[in-house]
Amino acid sequence: MKKKLVLIGNGMAGVNCIEQLLKLAPSRYDITIFGSEPHPNYNRILLSSVLAGDADMKDIVINDWSWYEENHITLHTGQTVNAIDTQRKLVSTDGGISVPYDELIIATGSLPFMLPLPGADKEGVIAFRDIKDCETMIETAKKYKKAIVIGGGLLGLEAARGLLNLNMEVSVVHINPYLMERQLDQTAAIMLQRELEQQGMKFLLAKNTEQILGKKRVTGVRFTDGHEEQADLVVMAVGIRPNIALAKSSGVEINRGIVVNDFMETNIPNVYSVGECAEHRGIAYGLVAPLYEQGAVIAKRLAAVETEGYHGSVVSTKLKVSGVDVFSAGDFTDSTDTRSIRLQDDLAGLYKKIVLRNGKVVGAVLFGDISDGSRLFKMIRAGEDVTGKEQETLLGAAVGGSAKSGADMVASMSDDEIVCGCNGVSKGAIVSAINDKGCASVNDIKACTKASGSCGGCKPLVADVLTYVLGADGVKTVKEGICGCTTLGRDEVVEAIRSMELTTSKEVMNVLEWSNPEGCSKCRPALNYYLGMVWPEEHEEERESRFVNERNHANIQKDGTYSVVPRMYGGVTTPEDLQRIATVAVKYNVPLVKLTGGQRIDLLGVKKEDLPKMWSDLDMPSGYAYGKALRTVKTCVGSSFCRFGTQDSIGMGIELEKRFERLNTPAKVKMAVSGCPRNCAESTIKDFGVVAIDGGWELHVGGNGGTKLRATDLLCKVKTEEEVLEWSGAYLQHYRETGKYGERTSEWIERVGLDTVKAALDKKEDRDALNDRIDKTLSLMQDPWKEIIEEQELNATFVPIVSETTESVLK
Amino acid sequence: MKRIHIGNITEINEKRARVVNIGSLEIAIFKLTGGALKAIENRCPHKAGKLSEGIVCDHHVFCPLHDWKIDLEDGLVQAPDDGCVTTFQTEVDEASGEVWLHIEEERILAS
Repeated sequence: MKKKLVLIGNGMAGVNCIEQLLKLAPSRYDITIFGSEPHPNYNRILLSSVLAGDADMKDIVINDWSWYEENHITLHTGQTVNAIDTQRKLVSTDGGISVPYDELIIATGSLPFMLPLPGADKEGVIAFRDIKDCETMIETAKKYKKAIVIGGGLLGLEAARGLLNLNMEVSVVHINPYLMERQLDQTAAIMLQRELEQQGMKFLLAKNTEQILGKKRVTGVRFTDGHEEQADLVVMAVGIRPNIALAKSSGVEINRGIVVNDFMETNIPNVYSVGECAEHRGIAYGLVAPLYEQGAVIAKRLAAVETEGYHGSVVSTKLKVSGVDVFSAGDFTDSTDTRSIRLQDDLAGLYKKIVLRNGKVVGAVLFGDISDGSRLFKMIRAGEDVTGKEQETLLGAAVGGSAKSGADMVASMSDDEIVCGCNGVSKGAIVSAINDKGCASVNDIKACTKASGSCGGCKPLVADVLTYVLGADGVKTVKEGICGCTTLGRDEVVEAIRSMELTTSKEVMNVLEWSNPEGCSKCRPALNYYLGMVWPEEHEEERESRFVNERNHANIQKDGTYSVVPRMYGGVTTPEDLQRIATVAVKYNVPLVKLTGGQRIDLLGVKKEDLPKMWSDLDMPSGYAYGKALRTVKTCVGSSFCRFGTQDSIGMGIELEKRFERLNTPAKVKMAVSGCPRNCAESTIKDFGVVAIDGGWELHVGGNGGTKLRATDLLCKVKTEEEVLEWSGAYLQHYRETGKYGERTSEWIERVGLDTVKAALDKKEDRDALNDRIDKTLSLMQDPWKEIIEEQELNATFVPIVSETTESVLK
Repeated sequence: MKRIHIGNITEINEKRARVVNIGSLEIAIFKLTGGALKAIENRCPHKAGKLSEGIVCDHHVFCPLHDWKIDLEDGLVQAPDDGCVTTFQTEVDEASGEVWLHIEEERILAS
């Protein structure tokens, strides 16, 4: 008999907690969820996008009805729980449903705070909190003209922006003399106000509302100073308060919110609380990230997984208000013991401020360009001492001085000279994209002409063309993320995956606010890799995010056929295996058999539907010639036969290939072992090369024989075979953990620096820890060919769903 | 217009496609997140890449050969590239999940 888990509240915090629990313990509980609203779980933060017309209601659903069904969750929507019997462990609703529980989570969120003004109950006075409020605003805008939003915080401004989009006249009333005083200082607030006024918003600041006017429906509001303002709709967005009525009436301890300990437990056994309704160490959080962290703790508790508990969150605000980026974090108001550095440019609409106390950054406000936000936030959290480099902290790294010479070089290029070799884009084409189509960043040019869209090697040159045409001031510096769907870089994404314990791409895109709902062909494979690297056990492989080669475990060729490369450890085979390969090649009419650059046999020109049958007939492991994974370990004959060989390079190669077989890496990895310094296996242009010397081994790293030829750097020399394995494992795992998806070791090592890599591998205990992590990952890998042969469902996807001749269709 | 039964909706995974061969016409049937089906000719206008093998994001597919982005709703190639892929009508029986494809006879003959 499964235990019964009941969740009260179908919002973001509660349901996320259930999602995390399902990942840890999929079938431990019978789960029932109650929601007052008639919808499945949706992203409340995106309501403003719905109102602004940027998204449909259906776009903001996080889990649709089928998700509840698939996970065997009983969902009661439109039901409000109105009693919890903590003695008999029973919850009951206004609709007459009673459900017993063994464990209960209260995630009732918060309620909009409605000012208790005379007339607040009139028709046309609403909050901005749920889908219904959104619908009311959309309906009202069809019949009426004039709206007043009370509250100049984020929510109020978002509501006002939405109403503007609905063609209403909007005035925002705020009690303070400036907007968003909780997130912004006065300077930034004034800049924001100026921007919003340009968009058509009106402001009534330092005004105290006294009364809502009108008979049945609102006609206006009156302020304490006697001033009256006409209105057909009044939206109150003055704040939220934890929704605690149910908990309170059930005997759960309440302060401002539901009081919970570090394990999100209330004072009643088996009753937890999470989200905006919960108060942890005196704080009720209203941002998503902390709520997900809290949910993770409950999920672990309920799954009986060990957890340290929740210790509170340091929060930052990163917002887009009506298209303007604002960021703030920490303590950003000035006081006698702080000093600050500011940079203000009213013309460009830019403002940056950092607040220092005792040489440390304690707060920051950014307006207009928030690309430094996460860097500053990291400094604030780390309490980093920046004495002596305060200016640098505010302004970021100094701007490079090479731009001028680059632009000079561009000036001397003829118009038909090719800038992007992959896509054949000339200087002239880029110049005209800038002049005629208004491109102002490398990204714009990529979207417009494809230049720098493939290998990316010409990116600096494209940037130079931009500078040459527009001048240094005209170039838009857009912070480039891992793809066009986000401005976050690789490290920020991986950090978020770790700290917020995100285990699916969908979660990452949702929490980190991806601009495309399902990402693109760049970020999806990258996220799948990062998630698998961080959470080898928890992350479920997302086949649909794999590039075709890795999904079909064969290289796609230009005519849509595939190539098959069986694993051949160290490049060594047997007459029996050769015979089998030949038989299979004949049986399936393989048009071309050749040896690959890595000493393996390649069977080219195979139809997709033949792949599983061929693998089955071959009965050999997959050679991974298609993956971002260890490809081959090339070897020379070494001491086994060669008169110069000093060590057994074949044996070493086989051992390395067996150890790292199937390992996923940021990009393809090639290895080689040479039996003597003559280096016949070309180890010094490999990602990891081993060269035998008399009495030991040289370990070489970061080589590449491909597009950007690079000779290896010497990592170290070791004496024994065990040490070769130890260093190679540690090196590969370090690359897995710090490399960008798609970045070869040759690029990676130039980016992070050889010394950094050496330092990371220097201590034996660090190498052991890295090897432990790589072993964990390796222990979970299965041979993909075998898996597909054995699983009927996977197997079936390789054949067409239906094939009919023209005649039979037309009959 | 021919109405051809091509199987059940459960035979296609979300964000993936299956191939249907009708004579020499090759069609890719995609299942989007949420279950909607989209059918387009399995041939990128650029270099004839098999679109059925591309990565599906919302209602777009990225060609596996050179990353062209194609809208599965109308078959239009997205900027900076341009072109168009033929789309086909699908019909799903909600109760049984059986799927039919509607193809003009001329298309079958012409292909």
